Order: sequence, then structure tokens, then C-alpha cells
Amino acid sequence: MSDEKPDPRSSRRRFMALAGLGLAACQGGPEGPVADGGPRRLGGTISPYSERSKYETSARFMPAVKTPEEASSRTPLHEAQGAITPASLHFERHHSGIPDIDPADHELLVHGLIDRPTVFTMKDLKRLPSVSVTRFIECSGNGSTEWKLPSAPTAQLSHGLASCSEWTGVPLRLVLEELGMKPEARWIIAEGADACRMARSLPLEKVMDDALLAYAQNGEALRPAQGYPLRLLSPGWEGNVNVKWLHILKLTDQPYMTRDETSKYTDLMADGKARQFTFLMDAKSLITSPSGGQTLDDLGFVEIRGLAWSGRGLIERVEVSIDDGETWADAELEGPRHPKAFTRFKLPWNWDGSAATLISRATDETGYVQPSVDELTAVRGLQSNYHNNSQKSWTIGADGSVSNV
Amino acid sequence: MYKVILLSAVCSFSLLAQSPTYHVGRAATADDIARRDISIAPDGKGLPVGEGTAAEGAVIYESRCRECHGPEGEGADEAGFIGKPSELVGDSPNKTVGSYWPYATTLWDYINRAMPFDRPGELSEDQVYAVVAYLLHLNRIVGENDKLNAETLPAIKMPNRDGFISDPRPDAP
Repeated sequence: MSDEKPDPRSSRRRFMALAGLGLAACQGGPEGPVADGGPRRLGGTISPYSERSKYETSARFMPAVKTPEEASSRTPLHEAQGAITPASLHFERHHSGIPDIDPADHELLVHGLIDRPTVFTMKDLKRLPSVSVTRFIECSGNGSTEWKLPSAPTAQLSHGLASCSEWTGVPLRLVLEELGMKPEARWIIAEGADACRMARSLPLEKVMDDALLAYAQNGEALRPAQGYPLRLLSPGWEGNVNVKWLHILKLTDQPYMTRDETSKYTDLMADGKARQFTFLMDAKSLITSPSGGQTLDDLGFVEIRGLAWSGRGLIERVEVSIDDGETWADAELEGPRHPKAFTRFKLPWNWDGSAATLISRATDETGYVQPSVDELTAVRGLQSNYHNNSQKSWTIGADGSVSNV
Repeated sequence: MYKVILLSAVCSFSLLAQSPTYHVGRAATADDIARRDISIAPDGKGLPVGEGTAAEGAVIYESRCRECHGPEGEGADEAGFIGKPSELVGDSPNKTVGSYWPYATTLWDYINRAMPFDRPGELSEDQVYAVVAYLLHLNRIVGENDKLNAETLPAIKMPNRDGFISDPRPDAP
């Protein structure tokens, strides 16, 4: 009976062998003799968790510091291949090291001005209705090298304290409405379970709008460096209020004036007064290619590529200048666009071999236009350090080298 | 019959679970909160019993703070502590406890939660009060033998208390 039927596997095998020959003939390569059709070695096996190709080397920038537990690493934005940052390359800013937390032991305490103070396990939180959103996180110190003179040689060093991911978790609004807020509640203090128990105060209005208790990033559990097993996501607001390793939320009638919201992430103006609770990250854009440290090897077609984002919502427009701001052209925005997320932009260009200065400027859905650094410093002086969202230029020499001038 | 079983199952869950719609979480006990909550409000709410003086704090500073912050709060690898609000203008503003920090409670809260860097949480309540007193004394804000505690600490008005303004953005162009 069985030998009356053609074996489907044998015919499939023949087809695959033919297809394989064709592929080898096209690709060549050290493992596959091409012209003589000889035998080929097998490739790698399936595996439980993928590593990237050994030929790829893109990496976070690691500063040489005495205390790497209290430091930041920077995303290689100059090598970004899309709007999403791989979790493995997401920038880091830690204050007392990355804690090792067993999710089975991790609890979130929600207390203070709330009707039903509650302890949640991670299992509890994962049972609640969930959402996934694509949002950037950016340290408010991103771009701080560029206030006085353009000084960081690459886009990674000037702007690498920003990354973008898809985050999954529970809307904090849902949890707070479940537990019943007292009418006098105005602020929420979020604390992490790292060694320094870093804490920040957030207006309740913000967390009721769009904060997320996030337990996943880009389709898998958060990485330890990103707050495993739970972080607060405060979309569009400075990185420091996206508290990692979140374990306590306390509702209060006032901000608690923690160190990071008084002596640290406040913006000193020229008159000696400092702006406080400067949470929002304003619209920003960055040409990632060609950018500082890269080289144009060939005359002719160049796709100018970059990223734009705004803490106020969607990116509506990105303009690019190739003549140091004399004239501007609209770049193509790549969809789908998400509010408070990286949006890719692209502009085809024909490089004729002469020197050129490239600049981009973003406009968000509120009509806010990314300012020049002169416009920002005219208002804020040179000591505010944080929230430099000014336009960034790169200069291309006649030899094709790209630098930050 | 099915409805009855379902209803009783929901009711028995409700007894254990806190959230009325989704029936997850457990009621936080007073002990849960007392064990975990270390937050200190600027009005002093949350400050524990205990006290310390600058004279006591100087001894602790020598052994646990000086290595990173320099002798007598002058600064080394890490920030110094001494200054006045008038030093916040110019090309190299001096942002310190004395010149910049608006609340003394913040100093207590931060040292208690985050210092010493290599062993945060190591200091006792009395020791935190004493180190805070020492840093304030270096800035001539308290006397060497003034006792800092839950009553006296929040009563201190730091020199730069009124140095902060709200965020006016969008501000440029």
C-alpha cells in the first residue's frame, strides 16, 4: 500500500536540493563550493535564544568611570536601523547598580491617600488588562555636550541617551481607579528597589493620563538594566521619572522634594533661579546618517536618515537643510507614527563632493518647532544643562568626512 | 446552581483580594507600610525618632564620607557641600547643599536612602541626623552642638528655599 504512494518527503527533498544549489550558485561563500557543485557543510542548529551575528559590533558607549554602578551608557544612534531600539542597546542610567530581583519575590505596594492600600505580586499585575505602546525614553541630560560649542564627535555621544521601545503593561490609571483615590491626592511618589531606592514625585494628573506599569519591552520581559521586573513608564517625560525596579507608589498631597527633583534634575537659569519639575522632553530631531565620525565614500546618491521625537505627541514634520540652514526641504516621515515615539525621516540627496552642512528640525503636532541652540541659550543661558533639544548640524568635508562643527 | 457556585467563588475571592473589579492584590497591612515606607515629606512627615549634632556627625563623616566628598565637605571625586546662593550665577555656578538645596529634609531623606554609596542604608537614624547636622554646620546653618531631630530639622529654612520657579516651557523660540 505504502509503496504505491509517492513519498512526499523524497520529492520535497529533491526540490530543496535543487533550490539549495540555485541559492549556493547565487551566494557563493566559503561554506558552499559554487561552480563545481560539490558538497556543502551544514549550518548552525536551532537554539533557545538567539545571539546576533558575530560580524555585528554595534554597542553602547561605556564611559571610563570609577563607579560604573552610578553611570550612563549611550545607545549607538548613528547605527540605528529603525525606529525601535533593541533592548540590548537601550541606553542606561543607573544610580546604584542593577539589582538582581526574582520576580516571584517582587511586590508593588500602593499606599498613601488611597481607599484600599494594596500589595500586588507580579502575577497580580500581569492578570490585569494590558496595553502595548511604542514610546521613547530620553534622559533630560541628553545633548548637554552641545550647549556651548558642538563638542561630541558622534551622534551616539551627543544624543545617545535616548531610545525607543514597545512597552507592555498595565495603565496605572486602571490600578488607581481600582483602589480608590482620596480627593486630596495630588502627587504620587514612585520608588525603585535599587540600592539607593531612587524616588521621584509625579503629578497625579500625568499618571492618570498615560503612565504605565511596564513589565515587558519589545515583546519580552524587561531587561534587568531596564527595571526588571517592573518599571514606571511616564511617556514623553524625562528618563529619571521612568522609575526602574518599581516597588512602591505613594499617593500624597504634595511633592516630596527628593534629591533628584531638587538638587539634580533642575535647570539653572542665568539669574541664579532654577526651573523645577521640568518633566517634559520637547521636540527634537537628529540626522543619524551621515553623522559625526562617519565618511561618505562615494559621490552620488545618499539617503539622509534620522530620528525625530516629541514628548508632546506626534511628529508632524521634519525639514532638512544641506546648506547650513539657508534652505530647507521636507523629509519623508516613515509610518506608522506613534505619539511620544521615535519617527524615522529620510531625504534622498545627491552628494557632488563639495563641503556641506546638514541640519534637521522637527515640528510636533502642537505646532512646536525645534529651536536653534542660539534661540535656547538666549532664553536659558549656558548653565541649565538639561533639556537641550536644539537643532543638530553635521559638516561634511570635501574628503567625505563628517564632523560635529 | 451554576450561578450560585460562580457567585460564591467570586465572593470568596473578594474576601482575600483588594481590587473590586479584578479581584487581585492583597490588603496592605500597617506592618507592610511601616516596613517599606521610608519617604520623608518637606514638612518633616515621616522623619523617625532620633537625633544628632554636627560634632557627632564630623566623626562619622571622617570615616564614611570623606573618601569621596573630601575633607570638611570641600569636594573630591564627588560634590562638595559648601556654598551660598550668590554663587549660582556666572560661568561656573557652585551647586551645593549650602547654595542650592531648598529643603533640609531632602538631605536627611537622600543620605538615609542612598548613602554611603557602597553601603546605602548602613547609617542609623541618629547617625543620619548627625551627618545632616555636620553638613549644615559646614554652611553655618546650624551650630556645632545644635540637636537635629524630627522637630528641629524641618523648621530649618535653607538659603536657596526660594530659588526655584515652575516650568514655563514652551519658552523658545
